[in-house]
Amino acid sequence: MKRRKKTSAVAVNSRLISRPIRRCFPIFMLPTFAAFCIGFIWPFAQGMYLSFCNFTIPKDAEFIGIGNYVKAFADAGFRYSFLYTAAFAVVSILAINIFAFTIAYLLTQNIKGANLFRTVFFMPNLIGGIVLGYIWSMIFDGILKKYGTFLLAETSYGFWGLIILMCWQQIGYMMIIYIAGLQSVPEDMMEAAKIDGANKWQTLIRITIPNVMSSITICIFLTLTNSFKLFDQNLALTGGMPVAFTDAGTTINTTEMLALNIYKTFYTSANTRGLAQAKAVMFFVLVAVLAIAQLRFTREKEVQQ
Amino acid sequence: MKKKLVSTLLLGALSVSLLAGCGGNGGSGDGGSDDGGKSDAKGSVYYLNFKPEADQAWQDLAKKYTEETGVEVKVVTAASGEYESTLTTEMGKSSAPTLFQVGNDQAVNTWKNYCLDLADTDIVKELSTDEFNLTGDNGEIYAVGYCYEAFGIITNKKLLKEAGYEVSDITDFASLKKVAEDITARKDELGFSAFTSAGLESSSSWRFSGHLANMPMFYEFRDDGVTKQPATVTGAYLDNFKDVWDLYINNATCTPVELATKTGDESEAEFGQEQAVFFQNGSWEYANLVTDETKGFMMNADDLTMIPIYCGVEGEENAGLCCGTENCWAVNSQASEADIQATLDFIKWVVTSDEGTTMMAEQFGPIPFKNAKEPENVFFKAADQYIEDGKYVVSWAFNYTPNVDDWRATVVSAMLQYSSNGGSWDNVVKAYVDGWATQYAAQ
Repeated sequence: MKRRKKTSAVAVNSRLISRPIRRCFPIFMLPTFAAFCIGFIWPFAQGMYLSFCNFTIPKDAEFIGIGNYVKAFADAGFRYSFLYTAAFAVVSILAINIFAFTIAYLLTQNIKGANLFRTVFFMPNLIGGIVLGYIWSMIFDGILKKYGTFLLAETSYGFWGLIILMCWQQIGYMMIIYIAGLQSVPEDMMEAAKIDGANKWQTLIRITIPNVMSSITICIFLTLTNSFKLFDQNLALTGGMPVAFTDAGTTINTTEMLALNIYKTFYTSANTRGLAQAKAVMFFVLVAVLAIAQLRFTREKEVQQ
Repeated sequence: MKKKLVSTLLLGALSVSLLAGCGGNGGSGDGGSDDGGKSDAKGSVYYLNFKPEADQAWQDLAKKYTEETGVEVKVVTAASGEYESTLTTEMGKSSAPTLFQVGNDQAVNTWKNYCLDLADTDIVKELSTDEFNLTGDNGEIYAVGYCYEAFGIITNKKLLKEAGYEVSDITDFASLKKVAEDITARKDELGFSAFTSAGLESSSSWRFSGHLANMPMFYEFRDDGVTKQPATVTGAYLDNFKDVWDLYINNATCTPVELATKTGDESEAEFGQEQAVFFQNGSWEYANLVTDETKGFMMNADDLTMIPIYCGVEGEENAGLCCGTENCWAVNSQASEADIQATLDFIKWVVTSDEGTTMMAEQFGPIPFKNAKEPENVFFKAADQYIEDGKYVVSWAFNYTPNVDDWRATVVSAMLQYSSNGGSWDNVVKAYVDGWATQYAAQ
């Protein structure tokens, strides 16, 4: 085994191949780099610029300075949707990860039919968000009808409805990641723990969880960004309804998350597209900062194997 | 030597894949510039249509026009829900739509820099009325209304007779209420209800947040002499709105609690299956109720008519149906001169030629042009009859609504709370009045 590895390593490292690669690497990078620039860097820069502009279509943007950012901060609906999104993110991160880890843990305990369960639990993840939103709104309405009410009656129904929907959709995906993590926990460590007389609970806390910390990092990262970026399900399930009234004589959509708020702002009128763009830039910064902070934090807890 | 060979090979492979990639992109790009090439000579038309149900008819008409004149007409359809986003994207391209939809004040606000002033064009000269055009402050015509629609309360005359009434018995809100409540009282004996379900499910809630709410809006704006989008509204006639709404939900086929999930299709089916006498909707329902074989209602056109929505406003016995439109053409002012000319020629041909007017009559009913063909639709006949009898047309005041989708969603939300969840009517008033101010300020 070892010898063969060595020979293939030699092949890649042979100067015959490595030197032209080294010399020509810009050319090899070029297609991907160009695609990255065209598809990501350029639109991103343009988006940044547009957030300082007034425009109907990007071609005819007119620079107006930071006015859009001022307006965005003054927008009560935007501030509300930020808080609402944050609350949603906290609850859904906890719920999804706890459930996903529990199920993954159970399914790695040699249960009969574990493979079937894994497949079934993963399946909801294959359905698109809009479809899910409409299906679940029907399910919720069907159930709530029995109690003489409906999904859009209360803000809390919409909130918990969305939590249930997201759990149902995402738990399976996170479960797969946790299963992979759990399966790579070294057997010898488990055995050592057993010999030392650790009970199941102690093994879980002291051995298993520290060892799957890298899975936890990635799962929390995914659920965090997913919760903040959530759009389809929000749009289809409640569309931001019901409405609340402020003392200032304005209205607020009480189940509207950040992405939906930005989307609605964009299509309000020609005067609000720059504003929506400014909101989107702030949204990007927020998600990026949160995600990086979270990665830093959980990485520190990871164990090197 | 060997090294060079390898790197040459690799470079070769790379450039091939690069070229292939470019070739792929070039395909669509070429298509675009091809159009551009032709447009220099003769001009071409690119119509961004927003009625999926009329898509096939437009495609056929476009083909016919191209055969006749050699001018290329491209028709792309974006459903109304996606129209705004599609238009925004398409307008940014080099081959932008030359003909597009601008339906109301909000759309004019967004797109007026792209709307050619049509005041001196042939299409305007062909109009039989300028009632449906969207105009600017200085008399610019930003968009031409190319068809109109009427809405009111679709009535099943046969069932009404079974209940012992004639259409002529209903002349105002009091008489409508009397008839409806009498039918409700004898519901079990008669086997049908007065009104179909007033479903507030989002796909058809516009029937009430848009069309029914047009009644208080119209009367308020008429009193105040409103001619352009107002920053605030007073809701002076909201009590009348409440009266009709209460009448609808308390005399319907379903209980108010079910309204949240009732759809427009269900409501239509209830009417089609003769479970109710009254169905608030518009002239576009004619095909669904009478001729559409897949729907299968196949009602007898002679049994059907449309009566005005009465809500208890003084003098409303002289009211006709609500006539108006959101179907207006705007011509892209940023297009090349040849394309603009080609577009103007095309729409003129649509409203003057035999093929064009036939298609318009079939798809859109009556069109406000001199050469219009008469449609079969009984609801338009009813609308015309009211006008002939000297009754006033209730115009589509809701075209002034700021940020219309959000405003309506707000009103629907409050109406739902009121009807199905023990909410207060005050919130509907707030949604209507405060919501208007909020959306006006937001836009």
